[in-house]
Amino acid sequence: MLKDITLGQYFPGNSLAHRLDPRTKILLTVVYIVALFCAKSFFSYGVVALLLLTGIKISGVAPRALVRGLKPILFIICFTAILNLFYTPGETLASFWIFRITKEGVLTAFFMVLRITMLIMGTFLLTYTTSPIALTDGLEALLNPLKKIRVPVHELAMIMSIALRMIPTLIEETDKIMSAQRARGADFESGNLFQRAKALVPVLVPLFVSAFRRADELAVAMECRCYHGGEGRTKLHVLRYQTIDCLVFSAYIAVLAGVLALAHFGL
Amino acid sequence: MEAIIRVENLTHTYGENTPFCRSAVQNVNMEIMKGEFLGIIGHTGSGKSTLIQHLNGLLKPTGGRILLGGRDIWAEPKKIREVRFRVGLVFQYPEYQLFEETVYKDVAFGPRNMGLDGKEIDRRVRSAMAFAGLGGDLLEKSPFDLSGGQKRRVAIAGVIAMEPDVLILDEPSAGLDPAGRRSLLENIRRYHREKGTTVVMVSHSMDEVAENVDRIVVLANAGVVMSGTPHEVFSRARELIDVGLNVPQVTQVAMALARQGVDIDPAVYTVADLRAALLALKGGKR
Amino acid sequence: MSDIIKAEKLTFAYPPDEGKEPVQALKEIDLSIKQGSFVVILGHNGSGKSTLAKHMNAVLLPGGGKVRVDGMDTADESLLLEIRRRVGMVFQNPDNQIVANVVEEDVAFGPENLGIPTGEIQRRVSAALKAVGMEAFTLHAPHHLSGGQKQRIAIAGVIAMEPACIVLDESTAMLDPLGRREVLDTVKRLNREKGITIVLITHHMDEAAMADRVVVMDGGRVVMDGAPEEVLVRVEELQAIGLAAPHTVELLHGLRQDGFDVPLDALDIQACAGAIARALKTVEARD
Repeated sequence: MLKDITLGQYFPGNSLAHRLDPRTKILLTVVYIVALFCAKSFFSYGVVALLLLTGIKISGVAPRALVRGLKPILFIICFTAILNLFYTPGETLASFWIFRITKEGVLTAFFMVLRITMLIMGTFLLTYTTSPIALTDGLEALLNPLKKIRVPVHELAMIMSIALRMIPTLIEETDKIMSAQRARGADFESGNLFQRAKALVPVLVPLFVSAFRRADELAVAMECRCYHGGEGRTKLHVLRYQTIDCLVFSAYIAVLAGVLALAHFGL
Repeated sequence: MEAIIRVENLTHTYGENTPFCRSAVQNVNMEIMKGEFLGIIGHTGSGKSTLIQHLNGLLKPTGGRILLGGRDIWAEPKKIREVRFRVGLVFQYPEYQLFEETVYKDVAFGPRNMGLDGKEIDRRVRSAMAFAGLGGDLLEKSPFDLSGGQKRRVAIAGVIAMEPDVLILDEPSAGLDPAGRRSLLENIRRYHREKGTTVVMVSHSMDEVAENVDRIVVLANAGVVMSGTPHEVFSRARELIDVGLNVPQVTQVAMALARQGVDIDPAVYTVADLRAALLALKGGKR
Repeated sequence: MSDIIKAEKLTFAYPPDEGKEPVQALKEIDLSIKQGSFVVILGHNGSGKSTLAKHMNAVLLPGGGKVRVDGMDTADESLLLEIRRRVGMVFQNPDNQIVANVVEEDVAFGPENLGIPTGEIQRRVSAALKAVGMEAFTLHAPHHLSGGQKQRIAIAGVIAMEPACIVLDESTAMLDPLGRREVLDTVKRLNREKGITIVLITHHMDEAAMADRVVVMDGGRVVMDGAPEEVLVRVEELQAIGLAAPHTVELLHGLRQDGFDVPLDALDIQACAGAIARALKTVEARD
C-alpha cells in the first residue's frame, strides 16, 4: 500500500547515464527543463523529445517504469488539458452548450500535456539513474559557491540525505501504527472528508512523537560519531568530472543551442 | 475441546505478479482451542507476524481461509471490524501507538469504536486497567508521561478493554528487564485464568513460552513444523535447533545429562521440574 | 594494564520535572575499566546503567566527580572529538543511529567527520565491514537489513574511527535471539582479536556469563562487581534488585538446597550438567 510509492526511486545500474557525474546530470536536467519551457513549435518539442528518448535509451531504464511514475500526477495532467482545451480563445472547431473547443485550445492542451509529461519523465530519469547520496553530493557541490553568501549548503545537504534515509523507516512505521489502530477498530476508509481526516489523528500523533524521538536519538548518535558540522569534513567518495562528462555535456549543449537558434530564426 | 479459530490452508503472498513476490506463510493449517493459552514460536521471518495479522482480518489471505467460531471471517468483508473486536491483537512494542491526552481516553479508544455507551466504556476501561496491572490513579495522566513499562501496559489494556474472545500478544515482553518481564507475564496469566478467554502469545523466547503456555505451535520457513504441549515439543529439541530456534536452558541441561548417561527425561523445561526429577533420582539411588 | 575509562566519585542528576526534587541517577560512582577487558554492566531499568554509559564518551557530563577517558577529562570541551573517537557508542534502536542510506556511506560517516583523507577512509570502511562480517552488504540499503545486521553496521561505523573502546548501550535489547547472537559474537571477536575494550550494558543475564567482569547497578550505585562466577551466583541478591540469575545457577542453587553437592559457578550448560552428573555419581558411590 504505502510501500508502493516509487516517487524518486533509484534503479541501480551501470549504464553511461548511471556513470556520469551527478553534477553533470543535474546540470543537464536543468538545461533540459529550460529548453522544454523555451520550446514553442512542433520542431523544438521534437528536438527536446529526442534528447529525452536518447537519455532513456542510454540509461536502460524501462520506459514502463517512467510511465508508471506519471500515475500520481495523472489528475493534474488531465485537469490542465481540459482547462486549456475549453478556455483558449481562437478559431472554433466545435461547440455545444457553453463549451467551445478551439484550434488553439487543442494545440495548447496538447503542448501542455507534452510539457508536463516530459518534465516529469526527465526529472525521473535523473532520480532513476542517480543514487540519493550521489544526488545530494552533486547538489552540495554545485551549490557550494553559495556558502560565500552564508547559505548553509552543507546543512541543507545533510538534512536532505537524512530525510531520504528516514523516509522508508517512517513509511514502515506509519503502516504499523495504522494496523495497530485498525486492530482497535479505527476506520480509515469510510466517512466524509472531515471524518477521514479526524480518523488520522490516532496515526499522526504517535507518528510525530516517534519521529521526534528518532530525531533526538539520531542527533546523539551523530555527535557520538564526532559530527560537528561541515567544517573539516572529508568524503568517502570525491566527485570528479571525467572526460566523458565534458563530452556528453558539450554535445548536449551544442545540439540544443544549434536547434534552438535555428528555431528562433523561423525554422 | 472446541476450536475457536481454525486456519485452513492459509497462504499469503506479498507482491504477487512482481519480481519481489514472496510467500510469508504457505499452506498453514492450525487450530486455536477455546480457552487455551497458546504459544506461537518462530524466528524472525518465519511468518508469525503475517499469520497473526490474518487472525483478526488485518491481512486478507491470498489463499485459504480463517474460521472464527466456524464462520469464514471474510464471508462479509463489510463486517471485518466485528472480527477485530472479537480477536484483539496487541502488536510488538505497542506503546508506540498511544495517542490520546489521557490514559483513560486511550484505553477507551477501542470500546468507543465499538459504539458502546459511556457507562459500559467506563466499566471496561477500569477492569482492563486492573488486568493490565495499572492503578486507577494513572487514568487522568498523559500516556506520554508514563514509564516505558507502564506505557506498554496501557496499550495492552486498550486491547483488553474491547473484551475480545481471543487475545493475541506479539512479543509482549520484548525489551523489558527481568522484573518487568516477570510481572507482565504474571498479569497475562492472571487475565487468562480469571477471564477464561483464549490467549495467544507470540514469542521467540523459548524459556518464556515454556513457562507459560498450555500448547505450542512452532513456525519455520512460512509453515507450521510442530505443535503440541511444551513437553511434546521440547522432546523434539533437536528439530527445534535445526530450524534455528533455541531450546530452554533447562532442557539443554537435561539433554546434556541424558547424553552423559543420567536416566532423565530430556524434555523437562522448567527449573522446578528438573529439580524434582533430579531429587527423585537421588532418592531412588539412596 | 592502563585504565581506558575511570570514573571518580561520579554523581549525576537529570533536570527534575516542575516542582519535584531532582532524582540522583548516579551516586558517587568509582569505577575503572581496564584497556582490553570485556565488562558487562547489569541492572534493571532505571538503575542508572545507561546514564553511566552516557558518561563514558561525554554524551553526559558529570554533575559531580570526574570521568577520564584514556586520561582525558570528559568535561574538557577541547578534547571532545578525541574522547569520542577513542570511545565509540552503539545504541539500542538500530534504526535511530544509521545516518546514510547506503551501508558503506554510513560506516564512513565517523571517519569523514574526523577529516580522514579519502583513500584512508575507503581502507577503513572495507576493514570495518570485514571485521563485523558484513562486507557482502557494502552497497546495500540499511533499511532492508535485519536488526542484528543493522547493529553490526553500527558497530562497523564505530570501528572505522579506530576506537580503543566500544560501549554498547542495551544494543541487544530489541533484537531476536539470532540477532543477539550475531552482535555478541561480533563484539567478542573484536575484543579477542583486536584488543578493543567492550562495555556491554544489558539486562540479559546470559550475556553476562561471557564477560571478564560483571558490574551490577542498582539505585545509581554499583552494588556488585567481580568475575561472572562470583556475581551471577548471588541468586537472592540479584532477585532482590529485580534481576534473575541464569537458569543454570538457579537450578544449582535449588539442588544445593536439596542436599546435592554441586558448585554454583558452573554457568554454561556443559559445566552445569557435568557438575550435576558428578554429584549424582558421589551419591551412588556413597551407597
